[in-house]
Amino acid sequence: MYSEKVMDHFMNPRNVGEIEDASGVGTVGNAKCGDIMKVYLKIEDNIIKDAKFKTFGCGAAVATSSMATELVIGKTIEEALKITNKSVAEALDGLPPVKMHCSLLAEESLHAALWDYAQKNNITIEGLEPPVADVHDHDQEHNEEEEA
Amino acid sequence: MEHIYLDNAATTPVKPEVLDAMIPYFTQNFGNPSSVYKIAQINKKAVDESRETIAKALGAQTNEIFFTSGGTEADNWAIKGIAEAHKAKGNHIITTKIEHHAVLHTCEFLEKHGYEVTYLDVNEDGLIDLNELESAIKDTTILISVMYANNEIGTIQPIAEIGAIAKKHNVYFHTDAVQAVGQVKIDVKEQNIDLLSLSGHKINGPKGIGILYIRRGLKLENLIHGGAQERGRRAGTENVAGIVGLAKAMELTYTNFDAKIEKLTKLRDKLIDGLLATIPYAKLNGHRTMRLPNNANISVEFVEGESLLLLLDMNGIAASSGSACTSGSLDPSHVLLALGLPHEKAHGSIRFTFGEMNTEEQVDFVLEKMPQIVDRMRQMSPLYEDFLKQKQDK
Repeated sequence: MYSEKVMDHFMNPRNVGEIEDASGVGTVGNAKCGDIMKVYLKIEDNIIKDAKFKTFGCGAAVATSSMATELVIGKTIEEALKITNKSVAEALDGLPPVKMHCSLLAEESLHAALWDYAQKNNITIEGLEPPVADVHDHDQEHNEEEEA
Repeated sequence: MEHIYLDNAATTPVKPEVLDAMIPYFTQNFGNPSSVYKIAQINKKAVDESRETIAKALGAQTNEIFFTSGGTEADNWAIKGIAEAHKAKGNHIITTKIEHHAVLHTCEFLEKHGYEVTYLDVNEDGLIDLNELESAIKDTTILISVMYANNEIGTIQPIAEIGAIAKKHNVYFHTDAVQAVGQVKIDVKEQNIDLLSLSGHKINGPKGIGILYIRRGLKLENLIHGGAQERGRRAGTENVAGIVGLAKAMELTYTNFDAKIEKLTKLRDKLIDGLLATIPYAKLNGHRTMRLPNNANISVEFVEGESLLLLLDMNGIAASSGSACTSGSLDPSHVLLALGLPHEKAHGSIRFTFGEMNTEEQVDFVLEKMPQIVDRMRQMSPLYEDFLKQKQDK
């Protein structure tokens, strides 16, 4: 069902944990739907120096969290914004269609953490939208997944 | 690595004796039981004898057993067949919120065609309320369909009591006994059951074969139209090898029955007690005693079921979960939600179901691995983190 890469990131997730003095923290998802991602970012001089996560969710949710933190470390904020759910899924050699919303959670939790950073520092990050509290509110996206 | 199969409610391996009994009916005894020549008569005899074996195991008469392609077809036939044949009397059906989808989706189909369905609630243990059942019966009620035992949580319903209520009000009673067969003793006459579905592959028999027991004289519309097989009630050339396999499996599952049940119950209780003792914030789903001897279902807080299954699988342990992520939908098990479980606890449910092949050593292995796996998952769970922080603040 899952690619080898997904299983590797699920079995050996990278960057699990918390950052005590995080520059930004973002939480997306809800327990009702069975997945929550919390991302911590450490940002210095516009560069993401470190990223950690905690995730409650299925194999795909854990693997996409792990991959998203891998991808984001070392990137500038502008580069980090370009990480999409599709690029996370591609980096994992794909996800089953019903699991694509997990990668959306990864993208949204990164954005939520960046938004938190911007709020705390009173800055505007171009192209960054206020975070959605929960990707599950996007019913349309779910329908598309079911059709996929 | 040893494979520990603890998903016997999903399906079971075919017993060697069952396979041995089946083999001749694929090769030398391949004849069509409907044909007149001698070699086909061997097959007709095999079907007749199989029907007799199955009837005996259920306390039924031979002419009350009808072969189907499995439990799902039997459920469809019972419900749609009653609905069609008794629509002059009424259009109301009573069932429960925790039925298998073979019953639930059939009822939903009928709702689209003018039937009215009452879905009974269950209590936190998964039992229906008999008073609620009785007061749901109206003049237009034609069928009560309540599963014998639940496939997820193992809760066994008071079947004889339901049968008595149905009889008192002159309403037909169907029970989906797919999970119960081979786990409990069934007597369709004593329990006032009018229709009963069962399936071969849950009792170490083959897939693709099941039966519907239809009480003698009961008017039931056909579901599968065609030839005159099964005395004109279920068309299609008989699955002779499957029928022979099902009968053999039925015979074996009720041989040394008490010893088997004792063994399964011991394994089940050891696992339930062990898991609840070693994993904090875990609870049993389903009734503690009125449950199938082979079913253990627990909810583990702050973890998600599919992840749990993947990590168990890495250790060679096959189980199942009511989590949304294992169903391909966003909602967790309808059964667990009907018990009143909040979504997050339903997502963290895990079911282990035993078979005759399982051993105490295997239970020991699961008891060793589960706490480690749960602990590892909780370390990365934001829900657990929040819970610990809230606990500290108090």
